[in-house]
Amino acid sequence: MTKVNVKLKINGDPYELAVRPNRTLVEVLRDDLHLTGTKIGCKTGDCGACTILLDGKSVCSCMTLAIEAQGKEITTIEGVGLSYDKLHPIQEAFVNEGAVQCGYCTPGMIMSAKNLLDKNPKPTELEIRKALSGNLCRCTGYARIVKAIEVASEKMYNTQK
Amino acid sequence: MAIPNFNYLAPTTLKEALTMRVSHGAKSSIMAGGTDLLIKMAHRNHHPEYVIGLNCVADINYIRYNAAGNLAIGPMAKLSTIMDHPDIVSHFPALSHSSGVTATVQIRNMSTLIGNIVNASPSADNATPLLVLDASLVIMHEGGEREVPLHEFFLGFGNSVMKPTELIKEMILPMPGKNSGSSYQKISTRSKVDIAGVCVSAFLTLNDAGVITTARIALGSVAPKPIRVPQAEQVLEGQKPSIELFRKAAALSREEAKPISDMRASADYRKAMVEVLTIRALEASLLIATNKTH
Repeated sequence: MTKVNVKLKINGDPYELAVRPNRTLVEVLRDDLHLTGTKIGCKTGDCGACTILLDGKSVCSCMTLAIEAQGKEITTIEGVGLSYDKLHPIQEAFVNEGAVQCGYCTPGMIMSAKNLLDKNPKPTELEIRKALSGNLCRCTGYARIVKAIEVASEKMYNTQK
Repeated sequence: MAIPNFNYLAPTTLKEALTMRVSHGAKSSIMAGGTDLLIKMAHRNHHPEYVIGLNCVADINYIRYNAAGNLAIGPMAKLSTIMDHPDIVSHFPALSHSSGVTATVQIRNMSTLIGNIVNASPSADNATPLLVLDASLVIMHEGGEREVPLHEFFLGFGNSVMKPTELIKEMILPMPGKNSGSSYQKISTRSKVDIAGVCVSAFLTLNDAGVITTARIALGSVAPKPIRVPQAEQVLEGQKPSIELFRKAAALSREEAKPISDMRASADYRKAMVEVLTIRALEASLLIATNKTH
């Protein structure tokens, strides 16, 4: 049960490191690579704080082995922005609409929102709420998060509802 | 809680995976999506020395018709692919519904249909739809393959006929005949994400005279394993559908349910809901069967 060499592609950057097979992707992201934007909540796939994109699809990085993330495109909250100092429209909308309170769920919420809007650019409110059903927030009551995603959708795809 | 360490094996073909399975047997676990296995390991309920990951096996996430015209589903086909697949939406509506309400968006992007079944949980969302759709599993073993109908696969809570030296190759869904419909009905404490407190699936085929020729009903979360209800099915077959007939079948389903009380629901509530959900599932199946154009 020795360490194995793992090659990961995260936000377009290549990383190579030795990990034990039992290390989850979120542990490697945070502890080894210091990409601490992705949060750990329940570690059982219920809370969505650890949500990242794997080949463009949202997954729980707490239930993904780092060893199995090889050869896939990994996108974390650090890689969502258009550049280092330019926010993604979803991030901008979260800030402007007051969708961030304590902020712990925010990275996961934004990754789930991106998973939704990439597939469905003009979601209804119900579709947004369904898309967020795997992300828990204990502060906002969700209203402003849903609103932020509506605003982001309008801005990104120029759709007025 | 951290996951205890293990040896990770990365076969590139199913044959190679089977060889590993044969040599490591009960010391090994197969990992497809990992959403159940890793949690069991983290909670120290399961301690495999070897994890055989199917992640590197090419081309096993398929959903395609086989030579017999039935739908074959590979071991890495994810629930998020199943729920939106046009052939599943049009021919297997109970399954497209159940796969779409299993757990969360993220877990549906990770977890596989076959993984949801091999765990043999009595409350697995996709078990009752697959039972009424008459699914079977093709199991690989050292000497070859065997096909096991799903209603013979489950033995009890977390227990199936699959041996530690075996591997699931694929799932087969027989193509329903014309005038067929199926439905999945679920009740849980929370509307989303939650594990079913009670779930019921139904499947009906009618002939051109409007008589039920095939009826299947399956119940979940009301016994140590997902179960079919032959008594209720026999009442339906050979009859023309009516609300009275559906009520009779639902009452028989209620009788066959042997639930326990736990944190999700009381036994009495579960029995009562089996009756309600059976009627709903039959009505929904009938609507689909009678509106179908192909």
